[in-house]
Amino acid sequence: VDRVLNDLPAPRMPAPARGERIALVDLLDRLLAGGVVITGDVTISIANVDLVRISLRAIIASIRPEMDRVLAAERSDEPVEGVVTWEDPRP
Amino acid sequence: MIAASAGDGRRRTTAVAETGIYVYGVSRGLPGEALGRVAGVGGAKVRVIEDEGLTAVVSPVSLGEFGEEALRRNLENLDWLESTARAHHAVVDAAAEHAVTVPLGLATVYRNEDRARSALRDRREEFTRALDRITGRTEWGVKVYADLAETTSGGGTEDTTSGNARPGTAYLKRRSTQRHDQEEARREILTMTDRIDDELCAIAATRRLHRPQDPQLSGERGWMVLNAAYLVDDERAEDFRTAVAHLAGTRPEIRLQLTGPWAPYSFATEEEAWTES
Repeated sequence: VDRVLNDLPAPRMPAPARGERIALVDLLDRLLAGGVVITGDVTISIANVDLVRISLRAIIASIRPEMDRVLAAERSDEPVEGVVTWEDPRP
Repeated sequence: MIAASAGDGRRRTTAVAETGIYVYGVSRGLPGEALGRVAGVGGAKVRVIEDEGLTAVVSPVSLGEFGEEALRRNLENLDWLESTARAHHAVVDAAAEHAVTVPLGLATVYRNEDRARSALRDRREEFTRALDRITGRTEWGVKVYADLAETTSGGGTEDTTSGNARPGTAYLKRRSTQRHDQEEARREILTMTDRIDDELCAIAATRRLHRPQDPQLSGERGWMVLNAAYLVDDERAEDFRTAVAHLAGTRPEIRLQLTGPWAPYSFATEEEAWTES
């Protein structure tokens, strides 16, 4: 589903079919922030915000080795390859 | 197992693996047999709960896995999170293919079918509004990336006019010029991205923004300038895709990625309830 359009001849492209493997990060954007939020019985004290926070911890934990490398490099004032500082474009 | 917390009867559960009902989404006019082939979380059989034309798409889950304590723990396990998210998505997608479907948030679990049914009834108005909002429309994702290093390094920033200046001064001046150029490049990219967004908003019914993704998670090295979801009328889908392809081809400084079609996850809630991911 996730297509890099630069690689495709513009303007026509084949229709992405439903059910193709999609990037987890795009899916989590939608599943954690999107969807109707109703309080289930057993998730009564896990608010949506918590859901996002808790699962982000999972994501952070999974990338921690990488983060450690980045932080170590930052401490030593070396440029970190692949890390681009950015500012939020929105007001 | 789920620990019963003393003094809080509401949360009291037994250690025996009870079964709960996981709700994926709510459809209107979903034929019951449409979901025959898709598996739910944990491979469970998916079924529907009907209430006066609305259909909740559900499957049984173990409360040993989806109870409150277990859920907190499991959400921190990326493998669990991924397989649950993919199962959730597969079911929502299957339902959305057959009938207009408003997806629910991840891990919405009820103690039993009656509780799920009363939630469906209690929130009837909200579900109906959401279903009306998304009927005949599809969500598309557009991500815009810029590679700042590329846009600034080719700009001829080498200072050739300061032959007499001391090396330190020349260096500082060069650094300052580089910084200035980089800011300028950022500004240009933001303006360019605003124009792209404007153009796509003109085709879409509505648009919502997601937060830029963590580059460590997405594996993308560039600056993520835009992470947006557009809700597009189905008869304009081709226009939208063509516009994205055109925009991608005309601006070498930036890259566009189109994702979708998505069930309208980003448009399930009311506008004012929307907070960026």
